[in-house]
Amino acid sequence: MKYIGEPITRVDGHEKVTGQAKYAAEFNVPDLAYGVVVSSTITKGRIIRLDTSRALAVNGVIAVFTHENRPKTAWFDVSYKDQDAPPGSPFRPLYDNEIKYNGQPVALVVAETFELARYAAMLVDVAYEATPCDTDLLKHLDAVRDPNPGVMNIFKPLPPKPRGDADQAFAEAPVQQSAQYIHGMQHHNPMEMFASTVEYGKNGFLTIYDKTQGVTNSLLYVTQAFNIPFNQVRVVSPYVGGAFGSGLRPQYQLFLAVMAARDLKRSVRVSLTRQQMWSFGHRPATVQNVRLGARPDGTLTSITHEAMAATSQFEDYMETVVNWTGKLYPSENATLRYKIKSLDLYTPLDMRAPGGVTGLHAIESAVDELAYKLGMDPLDFRLKNYTERDWTEKDKPFSSKELRECFRQGAERFGWATRNPEPRSMQRGHNLIGWGMATGIWDAAQVPARAEATLTVNGKLRVRSATADIGTGTYTIMTQIAADTLGMPIDDVVFRLGDTTMPPAPIQGGSWTASTVGSAVKSACDALAKTLFRMAKRLPKSPFVGVGFDDVQFIDGAIQLRQNPSKRVSLLEVVSRNRGRAVTETATSIPNLIKHNSHSRNAHAAAFVEVQVDEEFGTVHVTRAVTAVAAGRILNPRTARSQIIGGMVWGISHALQEESVMDHRYGRFMNHDLAEYHIPVCADIHDLDVVFVEENDTIVNPLGVKGVGEIGLVAMPAAIANAIFHATGKRIYDLPIQLDKVM
Amino acid sequence: MHPFSYARPTEVTEAVHELAGPARAKFIAGGTNLLDLMKVNVEQPNRLIDINRLPLNTIDELDNGGLRLGALVTNADTAYHPLVEQRYPLLSQAILSAASAQLRNMATNGGNLFQRTRCYYFYDTAMPCNKRQMHHSDQITGTGPAGCGALGGYNRIHAILGTEASDGTVHCIATHPSDMAVALTALDATIHVTGPNGDRTVPIGNLHRLPGSEPQFDHTLRPDELVTAIELPPQGFPDHYTYLKLRDRSSYAFALVSVAVGLEMDGDVVTNARLALGGVAHKPWRKPEAEQLLIGRTATREHFQPVAEALLEGAVGYGHNTFKIDLAKRAIVRALGMAINKEKREEGE
Ligand SMILES: Cc1cc2nc3c(=O)[nH]c(=O)nc-3n(C[C@H](O)[C@H](O)[C@H](O)COP(=O)(O)OP(=O)(O)OC[C@H]3O[C@@H](n4cnc5c(N)ncnc54)[C@H](O)[C@@H]3O)c2cc1C
Ligand code: SF4
Repeated sequence: MKYIGEPITRVDGHEKVTGQAKYAAEFNVPDLAYGVVVSSTITKGRIIRLDTSRALAVNGVIAVFTHENRPKTAWFDVSYKDQDAPPGSPFRPLYDNEIKYNGQPVALVVAETFELARYAAMLVDVAYEATPCDTDLLKHLDAVRDPNPGVMNIFKPLPPKPRGDADQAFAEAPVQQSAQYIHGMQHHNPMEMFASTVEYGKNGFLTIYDKTQGVTNSLLYVTQAFNIPFNQVRVVSPYVGGAFGSGLRPQYQLFLAVMAARDLKRSVRVSLTRQQMWSFGHRPATVQNVRLGARPDGTLTSITHEAMAATSQFEDYMETVVNWTGKLYPSENATLRYKIKSLDLYTPLDMRAPGGVTGLHAIESAVDELAYKLGMDPLDFRLKNYTERDWTEKDKPFSSKELRECFRQGAERFGWATRNPEPRSMQRGHNLIGWGMATGIWDAAQVPARAEATLTVNGKLRVRSATADIGTGTYTIMTQIAADTLGMPIDDVVFRLGDTTMPPAPIQGGSWTASTVGSAVKSACDALAKTLFRMAKRLPKSPFVGVGFDDVQFIDGAIQLRQNPSKRVSLLEVVSRNRGRAVTETATSIPNLIKHNSHSRNAHAAAFVEVQVDEEFGTVHVTRAVTAVAAGRILNPRTARSQIIGGMVWGISHALQEESVMDHRYGRFMNHDLAEYHIPVCADIHDLDVVFVEENDTIVNPLGVKGVGEIGLVAMPAAIANAIFHATGKRIYDLPIQLDKVM
Repeated sequence: MHPFSYARPTEVTEAVHELAGPARAKFIAGGTNLLDLMKVNVEQPNRLIDINRLPLNTIDELDNGGLRLGALVTNADTAYHPLVEQRYPLLSQAILSAASAQLRNMATNGGNLFQRTRCYYFYDTAMPCNKRQMHHSDQITGTGPAGCGALGGYNRIHAILGTEASDGTVHCIATHPSDMAVALTALDATIHVTGPNGDRTVPIGNLHRLPGSEPQFDHTLRPDELVTAIELPPQGFPDHYTYLKLRDRSSYAFALVSVAVGLEMDGDVVTNARLALGGVAHKPWRKPEAEQLLIGRTATREHFQPVAEALLEGAVGYGHNTFKIDLAKRAIVRALGMAINKEKREEGE
C-alpha cells in the first residue's frame, strides 16, 4: 500500500483556501429570492396576533409566510421524521400558533434582496400570550423518567441491567467516593451558519444546496414533509463548514426554503444568523451522580453512575452517558442509570462525542478522587481495574483494546513517572502546576453504505458516494483508499461526495464514516478491479490467459503478474478497448454481523494534562497535553492527528470555557454570539501532542479502522479537572471551570 | 436592520452639520461596534455619517511634552506608534489587550470611547433593558422604563460599583467595556470635542457617566458633538506601569476586571500614583483618595491592600458577578506589584 497510512495533505485543501469550495449559501442561481426568519421572543404560549402588513408594504417584499397562511404540508408526524429523529413528534415549522421554545421560527419574510428581507423581518408584529416556562433541569431532578428508546437505540444503547447489588456493596466498601457533576448546555456553532439554497427548476424540480451531514437525510425529509416524489428533488452539499453533529438533522431553514420556493415557484435561499444558531439542537444540560466503593487494594467493588438530562416536550432525545463506565470498569456490583426530563427547550442534538464527553468527565474525575483516597497513583488504579471484556454487552471480548499501551506510551511521552502525587507540590513562579490524566473510550461503528467506482476513458479513477466531509478529511482518505485498491497514482483519482444522485451513504456522525464509507469505497474499487481484470484477460495477446485474480496485483496504473512484473497491462489500455466507454462498478459494504455481534468494538485513549493555575485569580491554562490513541489502523496520520488535536482543543473548551447560558426566567439563551459564547482562542492553546498506538483489528471492518472524530475529546475534561486538583488541592465538579470557581 | 442614508464628509464642520440634520443620524468610524448593533436592531440610525475621510488621523507631539491622538487613528496604529510605546506604554498595553488584531485595525480611538456596553440584555431586543427602553411603551407593561434584565438575571460581566441612583434605586448594572478608556483614565487624558457651538475639552473622568436613573445616557457629550482628538498630558508613567486584564479566556474577551496602574517612584517610595479599574462600573473607575494612600509609602504588599479596599468601597455584587469584588482587590494588589517591578510585569498574570 502506497497511500494508506501516509500523511497525505488534504486533497480539497487548495479549493478551500482559494475560496473555490462552495458552501450552501454560496450557490448563486438566477432569480433568487431571499428569506429571513422571524424568531419567537417567548418560550411558551401562543401567538395571539401576527400582523405582516407593515412588512408586506415594503417595496421588494414578495411574501411573508406564517402559520396562518402557510401552504399545506404533510399531516402525520412520521412524515417529519428524519434519519436521526428521536422518538416523539418532530417540530414542525410554522405549524400552528403554539410556541414550544424560545427562538422558534414564527414567520419567514421573502424579498428580492437579503437586506430588504432582513429589514421587513423587523416589521413583522407578533403579539404573544406567554405562559410560564420550565427550562431548568436542576429544579426537576426529582421528576426525571426513563426515555422512550426508539430505533436509534441500536447506536445509543440504554444502560445495561444492573449487576450485583451496588448499594449494599457501596455500604460495605471500606473506601468510598461519591459526588455530583453538573454540565450546562452547549451549542455546536460551526463556522458556517445553517443555510439552504433551493433552486426551482423546470416542472418544479428542486435542486437543494443544503448544509447537512447527510444529503440523503435532507432528501428523505423534504420528500416526505412536502409529499414530493424522490425523482423531483436533488440535494447537494459538497462542502460543510463544520457541523459537529448540528447537521445530523435537517434544520428548519431547509423546510422554510423549500416551502417558499414551491409556493412562489421561484428559487429561494434561507440563511440563519449567528444568533439563530441557538434556536435548534444543543448538547443537553446533564446532572450526574457517581458513587464508587473499593477495597483497600484498589479493587472497585461498587459502581453507581446515574445521569439525568434535559430533553424537549416533543421528542425524547437520549445519549449514551453512563454505559462507558461499565465498559471501562469491571465491578461485580454496578448500577448504571439514565433518565430524562422534558422541558420547554428545543430537542437536544448530538454534539461531538455526545454523552461520552459528559459521562467520562464524571467517572474519570470520580476515579481520580477515589485513587487519592486509596493512596494510589491514578494510573495504577486504572491498571488495577483494567478489563478485557465488556460486561455491559454480555461480557464479550473487545475486538481489540490497546488501552494499556495508550497508558504506557502516553505516560512515557508526558513524563508521568516523575509526578509527585502530593497536591500543590509543583510551582512555576507564582503559579501552581498540576498534572492529571483520564481514560477515553468511544464506539467503533460501521453501518452499510454504497459507493461507485469508475475508470474513465482517460484512465482516471472517479469514485463517488453520497457521504459528507464536515472538515474531517473524508475526501482525502477516500481518495487514498481508492488509489491503493486500484494501484493508481493519487493524482489520477478523484473522490466526490455530497449529492443524492450518488450511491447513498448514511449521515456522517459517530466517527463511523472512515469505516463505513471507506469499506464501501474499497468494495466498489475491488469490484472494479475484478471487472478490469476480466476485461484484461479478454484482450488480444493477453498475458493473463489462465491466470487467476489472486495472481495479479494492481500497481502503478497497471495490472501485473505478481510472479513476473514484466507481464503487465495498463489500466488505460484495458479501458481503451471498451469501445470508448468508461467502466463502472457499484458496491454496497455491509458490516460483518457475525464478527460484530461477538465483540465489543471501541476506540480507546489516555489523556495526560499539565495545567498552570494562578490561584489568586483562578485562571487556568492547559500548558501541555498528550493524548495517546488506539483507534485501529490510522489511514492518514496528518488528518487523524488534526482530528485528535481538534478534539483536545474542544476538551479544553468543554472543561474551561464553553456554555450556553440560559436565563431561566425567560427560557432564553443570553450569550448567543461568539463574542460571549467562549471557545478557546490561539492564546489558550499551548503544547498538544498526539501518540497513535499501533492496534491491529480484524473484526471491526476489512480496513481495520475505528474512526478518530471523537476519541481525542472524551478524556480531556476529566484530565484537566484532575490536574486542577493536583495543582490546587481543590475538586471542582461542575463545568465549565471558570475562574470564579477556582479563585 | 433599518434602512439608512449615507454621507461621507471631508470637513469637520460639514460632519457636525450633517449630524445636526435629520433625526437619528450617527457617526460611523471603524464600524466595529455600530454595525454589530445595527444588525441586531439595537441601533437604528436613519443616516450614517462616515467620518473616515475627516483629517483627524494623525498623532502629533504637543509643545508641553504631551501627545495628541487623532480621533480617527486606529487602535492598532496608536498602540504601535513609537511615541506612544515610549512614553505611554500603559496605553499601548491596554489597547493591545483588547479585541483582536483584525478589530484593532478597524477600530478608531474615537469609536473606542463610545462603544456600548456588552450587557447581554442590551444586545437582545427581546429582553427588557432600561438602557435601550427607558421610555418604552407596550400593551403589557405599559409606558415607562422596561426594567433591567440583568438585575436578577445572568450578570456575570456586570458592574459592582456605582450602580445606585441618588435615591438608592438601581436601574442599570452595565459596565463600560473599553480597555483603552481605562488606561486613558489613569493617564488623565483630555478629550477634544467640537460641535455646532464650537470646540471644547472634557476631562476623561467626565466623559462617561454613572447610570443613576438615566441609564440611556452612556456619556456626557451632546448628541451633535464630535470627538476630534484625545490629548495625553506629559506624564505617561513609562517606568512604572501595568495594565492587568482578567477575563474568561486568554485573548479576544472583554475584561471581567482590569486594572491600569501608573506610578512614579523615588527609590522604594511612591511619589505619584494613578489607578483605574475596568469591568466594574458604567465608566472607568478611579478614586484619587485611594491613590493618595500610596503617596510617600514604600511599595510593599501591606500598603497595597488598603488601596484595594478603598477602591472597592461600597461594591455590591448581583449574584453571578459577586466574585468580581474579591477578584478586583486581588488584581489591584498584583497590578501594583507588577508596576513596580519590571520582571513581575513581564511574568504577567
Ligand atoms: C468581538 C469583539 C471583541 C472586542 N473586544 C474588546 C475588548 O476586549 N476591549 C475593548 O476595549 N474593546 C473591544 N472591542 C470593541 C472595540 O474596541 C470597539 O468596537 C471599537 O473600539 C469601536 O471603534 P470603531 O471605530 O469601530 O467605532 P464605531 O463602531 O464606528 O462607532 C462606535 C460609536 O462611536 C461613535 N463615534 C465614533 N467615532 C466618533 C467620534 N469621533 N466622535 C463621536 N462619536 C464617535 C459612533 O457614532 C458609534 O456610536 C471588541 C469588539 C468586538 C466586536
Ligand atoms: S444592565 Fe443596563 S444595559 Fe443591561 S439590561 Fe440592565 S439596564 Fe440594560
